[in-house]
Amino acid sequence: MLGRAANGVYWMARYLERAENTARLIDVGFHLALTRSNRSSQEEEWRSVLTTTGQEAGFLAKNADVTGAQVFNYLLRDRDNPGSVLAMIENARTNARVVRTSITNEVWEATNETWMILRELLARPVRETNLGEVLSTIRRRATLVRGAMEGSMLRNEVFNFARIGTFIERADNTARILDVKYYVLLPSVAWVGSSLDNVQWDTLLRSVAGNRVYSWLNAGAMDPRDIARFLILDGRFPRSLVFCFEKIRSNMAGLAKQYGGEVQAHQLLRDAGCRLHDTNIETIFEGGLHEFLQDFLGRTYRIGESIAADYRFTA
Amino acid sequence: MSSAGGPRYDEMLNDDGSVRAAYADFRHWYDGQDVAWLRRQDVEAERFFRRIGITFNVYGDDAGEERLIPFDMIPRIITAKEWRKLTRGIEQRVRAINAFLQDLYHRQEIVKSGRLPVHFLRENEAFLTQMIGFTPPGGVYTHIVGIDLVRTGADDFMVLEDNARTPSGVSYMLENRETMMQMFPELFTKIPVRPVSDYPRRLMRSLQACAPSCAGSRPSVAVLTPGIFNSAYFEHAYLADQMGAELVEGSDLRVCNGRVQMRTTEGYKPVDVIYRRVDDNYLDPLSFQPDSVLGVAGIMDVYRAGGVTIANAPGTGIADDKAIYSFMPDIVEFYTGEKPILKNVPTWRCSEADSLAYVLDNLSELVVKEVHGSGGYGMLIGPTSSKKEIADFAAKLRTKPANYIAQPTLSLSTVPIFTKEGLAPRHVDLRPFVLVSPDGIDITPGGLTRVALKKGSLVVNSSQGGGTKDSWVLDE
Repeated sequence: MLGRAANGVYWMARYLERAENTARLIDVGFHLALTRSNRSSQEEEWRSVLTTTGQEAGFLAKNADVTGAQVFNYLLRDRDNPGSVLAMIENARTNARVVRTSITNEVWEATNETWMILRELLARPVRETNLGEVLSTIRRRATLVRGAMEGSMLRNEVFNFARIGTFIERADNTARILDVKYYVLLPSVAWVGSSLDNVQWDTLLRSVAGNRVYSWLNAGAMDPRDIARFLILDGRFPRSLVFCFEKIRSNMAGLAKQYGGEVQAHQLLRDAGCRLHDTNIETIFEGGLHEFLQDFLGRTYRIGESIAADYRFTA
Repeated sequence: MSSAGGPRYDEMLNDDGSVRAAYADFRHWYDGQDVAWLRRQDVEAERFFRRIGITFNVYGDDAGEERLIPFDMIPRIITAKEWRKLTRGIEQRVRAINAFLQDLYHRQEIVKSGRLPVHFLRENEAFLTQMIGFTPPGGVYTHIVGIDLVRTGADDFMVLEDNARTPSGVSYMLENRETMMQMFPELFTKIPVRPVSDYPRRLMRSLQACAPSCAGSRPSVAVLTPGIFNSAYFEHAYLADQMGAELVEGSDLRVCNGRVQMRTTEGYKPVDVIYRRVDDNYLDPLSFQPDSVLGVAGIMDVYRAGGVTIANAPGTGIADDKAIYSFMPDIVEFYTGEKPILKNVPTWRCSEADSLAYVLDNLSELVVKEVHGSGGYGMLIGPTSSKKEIADFAAKLRTKPANYIAQPTLSLSTVPIFTKEGLAPRHVDLRPFVLVSPDGIDITPGGLTRVALKKGSLVVNSSQGGGTKDSWVLDE
């Protein structure tokens, strides 16, 4: 396939995943705003949403205060924000148009329709009363596109590049969320076990859609170290780092098989995979959770760059 | 304002209001339908087009704004007998166009014979000196041709324009049919309509048959598009997809080892046939416009050395130029030795003093077009223009007469469209699509019917508010 087309499906999948992740983060911020009366702690939550999405600087350049409505409108639909959900959906659709011949009609139509629906839904400022509808539409639409890919695409290089895009984005997202909030999981924090902590932990799980599964697995009990283990090392959870890396690995293996050989990215991936597999949560905490996550984010980034270069995404 | 030039021919109704044979079955079906249901289907059709993304970008509008070409659900119906005659005429014309191009870039017999004054070549930018003395693989210049036909009477089809560069619109022919079959499947069980859906496969086969000799047994074909901002991008992607060809942009291609190669995830791989939807000017920055990023540097050298087929061949624009058009009856006769089966629209070349004088005197009754214009831009339709518009146009005409041709305002035939008030006649044209390869000339039974949606309007171009219809050729 063309290098440009590989680039297109890869980014189409990444943007869709990123749009969905942003919607989840906003949902968490909103949820907290409803459960917390303290204005400054609400503001703190919205700030951490901005930090996690890497959009704090852009937001503060335009807005003096950090209020919920300002933050979610900025993240969802602000024309000056190239990282808004609307912009990402537009990017995803533009990439889908570029690779129209590589994807199936189902995938194209699902993507195009997503763009049409969200453009309409985000044409006017979002209010708290319809935020829930907007966020669930984004999640449902992303699920639909993923389902269309799953159900209609040939399992070949095109599919592999799309999946690699999805899981690199997702791994990056989970690691980022953890890194912004890593301190709430550290044992040194004084108020361990307080109800506030429970809310913080719940928030963390919620932002990767893991709160219910985690509660189910642990019969409602919460333990910070175990939460970290769950989000990093539990291969059953589809947003954990290990799960994402296993998906990247298998899709990269698919490419190696079709192309009759490996590229540099395969080696980088193996190195990063070893760091995840040959460890346990105790070792991670000993070496420092933040340091571990920073290292992971750096490696994921380099793998992405290497894939783009090795498979000639651009001339 | 209705069209000038005599009574109008309606393709569905006789003068006495009875239904013509071609439309009898359809009209019978239509009269049995619930109008409210038809209205809902009409709305549904638009939604369908939006979702599948059949849109085009209008130049000059907000960047990225995509529009739908309005689709009208009443089919345009052509009988088997009419089609037989049309195909004979089209085939003759297309053969003549290829022979004409071969001659122009070689011995120029037609100029020597005195039938075509040499200045029509010399002063024409579409004539490419780079093509002189070169014969494209298989001897084919125009691999894909769209012949624009208009009808003025029961047996009067005329060629309005030959599109010999990169005719567009074929995706509408295909999608309109697809839509009709989805909306009204029972119609196709009742009426024998010839299929058009194998066009992409025929196109692929036809292009592969024109591959250069260096190609293997399964020549690789790529569709070269200017990119997603081009007005016809949807069509480029659609065709590539249906043909099973790669859709490439200039940046995906480069010349190495005497071949044009595309950048794949596994490295560079040669392309044998390039169906380009990029104009001559942008094809090769080394040969033509130096700042073009849409083309491939050095592709013309590879082409001339026989390393790639470019479809259509560069320099075919000379054959569909509007001034050359006026010579087409002579051209057909010169190369085929036969009388033209399809008529030309009478055309005055404003470069000639007598013609110019006549045109200036009769502007209010004529249609004046730019020689190199297209898309309905920069033209004057006398009968529907104000005195001031005519005066302004006359001034332009006097300054640069050679830039214009004039034709009588034709009374184009009408076909009904579906409106809130029921069926209403509107003017139409027809663009059948023709494939040329060493294996022969292949005409898909149907084509693109463009329809002027405004009452009385004669301009069918999509850029000027025209719509499209499904075009049916009935089986014998």
